Amino acid sequence: MLNETLIPKLGVVTDIRIDTPDVKTFRVVGTDGKKLFEHIPGQCAMLSVPGVGEGMFSITSSPTNKEFMEFSIKKCGCLTSWLHMMDVGQQITVRGPYGNGFPVEDPEKLKGKDLLFIAGGIGLAPLRSVINYCRDKRENYGSIQIIYGSRSKDDLVDYQEILNEWLADDGITVNLTIDREQEGWDGHVGFVPNYVKELTPDISKTVLICGPPIMIKFTLAGLKELGFKETQVFTTMELRMKCAIGKCGRCNIGNKYVCKDGPVFRFDQLGELPNEY
Amino acid sequence: MFRLPIEKLDDLFAAVAAAQTLYLPADGKDGRASYVKWEEGVKLSKALNTVRSAKDHFFPQTTNLCDFNMNGKNIEIIDNRQESENFVIFGVRACDARSFTILDKVFLAEPVDTYYATRREHGTVITLACTEPEENCFCSVFGIDAASPEGDAACHITEDALYINANTEKGEKFIESVKDMLTECGTEAVDAQKAQTAEIMKKLPFANVSTDYFRKNTLLDIFNSEHWKKLSEACLGCGTCTFVCPTCQCYDIKDFDTGHGIKRYRTWDSCMYSDFTKMAAANSRNSQVERFRQRFMHKLVYFPDNNNGEFGCVGCGRCLSRCPISMNIIKVIKTFGEE
Ligand SMILES: Cc1cc2nc3c(=O)[nH]c(=O)nc-3n(C[C@H](O)[C@H](O)[C@H](O)COP(=O)(O)OP(=O)(O)OC[C@H]3O[C@@H](n4cnc5c(N)ncnc54)[C@H](O)[C@@H]3O)c2cc1C
Ligand code: SF4
Ligand code: SF4
Ligand code: FES
Repeated sequence: MLNETLIPKLGVVTDIRIDTPDVKTFRVVGTDGKKLFEHIPGQCAMLSVPGVGEGMFSITSSPTNKEFMEFSIKKCGCLTSWLHMMDVGQQITVRGPYGNGFPVEDPEKLKGKDLLFIAGGIGLAPLRSVINYCRDKRENYGSIQIIYGSRSKDDLVDYQEILNEWLADDGITVNLTIDREQEGWDGHVGFVPNYVKELTPDISKTVLICGPPIMIKFTLAGLKELGFKETQVFTTMELRMKCAIGKCGRCNIGNKYVCKDGPVFRFDQLGELPNEY
Repeated sequence: MFRLPIEKLDDLFAAVAAAQTLYLPADGKDGRASYVKWEEGVKLSKALNTVRSAKDHFFPQTTNLCDFNMNGKNIEIIDNRQESENFVIFGVRACDARSFTILDKVFLAEPVDTYYATRREHGTVITLACTEPEENCFCSVFGIDAASPEGDAACHITEDALYINANTEKGEKFIESVKDMLTECGTEAVDAQKAQTAEIMKKLPFANVSTDYFRKNTLLDIFNSEHWKKLSEACLGCGTCTFVCPTCQCYDIKDFDTGHGIKRYRTWDSCMYSDFTKMAAANSRNSQVERFRQRFMHKLVYFPDNNNGEFGCVGCGRCLSRCPISMNIIKVIKTFGEE
């Protein structure tokens, strides 16, 4: 019989990193020790523990990583709590890749552009894949600016990687911010949307933004005030999903299925769709 | 075209059932028609249509997707899919026959749903022309001719005979398999019946309902219309309309722990339910207005947008007969159309 995408593959967790009090990053390979499949930055996979649940997660590692895939997962319910309790060596099931991903190779869209990444909290997960992809193909992209904020210093996902790798790279600016003053933090304090306005990024940049809906809403408004057009701003959407292939009828915004036609949308495309997300 | 004397109908069913499983509408004890497996003594229902649609044959209410065995840190994935056996569904009405080609556009699109595909491949659809369409029928609104149904082969039953004509290769094969019982014939009797049915169709209350509004207005204008609030006011969110609907396709995926393994199931679900789109922090369709709008926008706008203008309703009338508050798609179409 034909391959059935609803029947998952086996994955093994080979490393678990504690990012924040409620986010862990899991390294996953197939049972043969190799990567399960190739993907485009921004694409997702369905992870499951049979009997516990199945859920959609961004593949946070870059496709340029040929050894394994990584998922940064925030504990918020049944499946995610289970995943947070597991140890290295645990098998889980994986199916994917799903969704369209960011148009990283499209010269009309991202390739060759100066890029501005704006993330809040766990929203860094899908963007990290793009950031590391662009870092590995540095010659194909212009400048890279990353504005990232979380509730507190302890809630910054990928903090060590940001400090040790991103900040060490030439041509990459990282602006971090946390919501409230905190001991041991001498960086910026304040919400992401305001910080973006303060930093007045060059309006020739192409923007990729991901985070809680409220952050996206206010940041977009701020960007527009600065002079950015909707055609310059990409985001990823998050809706309830089951099948991940546009058949279970669950994740649509108007006539688009987020699992299949998204999760990456440009704001002008979202403008043509009902405001139902 | 071929002819079978009507008194030989049960012999035909017996001959078909000897070779493969045969399903057809039969009346239950409660007098309602439903598809049952034919065996000696089962009589073809005279009802206009079954209460549940015929989609069960290809998209059953529950499907076992796969199984798992959990063993410490290890998981075993068991792909227990099997090729479907050959089967025949007899007596499918024109509306339900069209619903299959609508479901095809969902389940046979890449990536193909193999559970659906194998049933579709092994199932032969023998349709039966309607002769007495009722007031709830409006298939003609969607360009369906109740007197000339699609399907692999189409039948017409008159006072004294059954007439059958193949539409596809599968249909030809079916006729071939029972050919010794049939005699070749002209189309006069069937043509006369079709003309008679056409007269009835013309007089049905919804025969002239127009769907133009949904072609002429934009997705956003229809979505943002004031009508949805009033139309959905009394909707109970019971989901009946979605379960009886031959084109409703929404499904859920759930695991069941049997005590000695995990079974993963796909089950029908309903966009009318409040937890359908519920997430950890938000719900994209919080109110029944939004959920009601989703169901009808999907059939009348989203599905056509993605499928060369084809509507996602076949006018079977089931949601008209079954909705406890008498709300239905025809009221939606008419409300917009009369704007
Ligand atoms: C495209 C996409 C990408 C995502 N990427 C990530 C990621 O990189 N990291 C991450 O931590 N999370 C991500 N999520 C969210 C993640 O899928 C959910 O948090 C997870 O499925 C919740 O599962 P649970 O069993 O722990 O929660 P449950 O116990 O199922 O439920 C807790 C709550 O979460 C809701 N829920 C169930 N499924 C989803 C869902 N798919 N999305 C949101 N809420 C849901 C439930 O309705 C319930 O209210 C993503 C979601 C989508 C749609
Ligand atoms: S919406 Fe109503 S009339 Fe249309 S196909 Fe579904 S049940 Fe039949
Ligand atoms: S429209 Fe009628 S049948 Fe459908 S969910 Fe609402 S009350 Fe139930
Ligand atoms: S998750 Fe099933 S349609 Fe998108």
